[in-house]
Amino acid sequence: MKHVAETKEVSGQSPNYLVAKFQDLVDWAVNSSRANSLWPMPFGTACCAIEFMATAASRFDFARFGMERQAFSPRQADVLICAGRLPFKLAPVIRRIYDQMPQPKWVISMGACASTGGVFDNYAMVQGIDTIVPVDVYVPGCPPRPEGLLYGILLLHKKIKGESLFDAVKRREELPLDDKGLRLPPETIDEISEPFGNSVHQFRSS
Amino acid sequence: MTASSPVPGALRSEIARDGATIVFVARDRLLEAMTWLKETPGEEFDYLVDVTAVEFRDRERPLEVVYFLRSLTRRADIRIKVELSTSDELAVDSVYHLWRGADWLEREVFDMFGITFRGHPDLRRILMWETYAEGYPLRKSFPLRGRFSRAEQVRQALNVNPEANYSLEELSIAEAAGDLPDDMRDRLRRGERGVIPEPPQ
Repeated sequence: MKHVAETKEVSGQSPNYLVAKFQDLVDWAVNSSRANSLWPMPFGTACCAIEFMATAASRFDFARFGMERQAFSPRQADVLICAGRLPFKLAPVIRRIYDQMPQPKWVISMGACASTGGVFDNYAMVQGIDTIVPVDVYVPGCPPRPEGLLYGILLLHKKIKGESLFDAVKRREELPLDDKGLRLPPETIDEISEPFGNSVHQFRSS
Repeated sequence: MTASSPVPGALRSEIARDGATIVFVARDRLLEAMTWLKETPGEEFDYLVDVTAVEFRDRERPLEVVYFLRSLTRRADIRIKVELSTSDELAVDSVYHLWRGADWLEREVFDMFGITFRGHPDLRRILMWETYAEGYPLRKSFPLRGRFSRAEQVRQALNVNPEANYSLEELSIAEAAGDLPDDMRDRLRRGERGVIPEPPQ
């Protein structure tokens, strides 16, 4: 329905209701196919990966949601699931894996450490993988229970089903690295890497 | 090493605590003492369990390099410590030529503490990437979050090429198999683990 409302008048003619309905139909078909056959690329670095395995195994079984095949090659994956903290040494690796995934692609940041750095507010750890790759769904928890990850996957389904094939902006290579090799402006990275809550009382020493 | 020490001037002090023997060794005589410990019959510390280092909160206290030795035949342990004054050059002799296992252990101590091991064949960073420029993370003078801003850390990390240290052949397992020695390739083919060869003398 959204597209019917948004269809603009073209050179004085009335909005073409049939074209809009057709686009909606195509979107529905494509998005349902994509959402219900998401192939995850697991990037497990820590204890979140154990919960990820539990989610993949028979009790919780995310194959029920179409993630039947885990793609251990980024070239055949749709969604990158970063499960666990990401050290700086792995930053170029996850960036390259993300770059190697074909469009359309999505990223789930699983757990507190992948999303914000978590308790690892130190010299070795990336403070949130969104400074490296764009993230669609953040799953909080330390580590999140399998239900949490499944909820994140369902949220991603919802997001995918709201996309439109005819909106090219959505599927542009999102924010490629700039000439410095950064995804975000340096000020933004500094800002989102700062600790919040009580830990602002910790100062950068010496 | 008793009072009539076979390696003169090596023994600094000796303590026995919690069933462990800790021996402080003079820095200059470390290699001789280690050679004696490894090769003398009745000592035979043939296994280097770990090499690590300690820096204390008291800045006056010297750094300690700690060697954990074990004799597999005698089932005995010993701990060797070398004190390095912070005002002095942080360097000791490498024990790589006695125990090959010291290779990566000493690289790790170098990476984390900045202690140079003289005579080590390949002393470079092992945990942090080789172009890491912020210093030595386990030193007390190192700030917990590093010296650079987060943006700068991300920039430097992203500009590292993870494959830069490997040749194309090394990146390909199939091609690297051709570089293995014949006997090793043969054993791999037969699915046999084989024996660990004697190190070349």
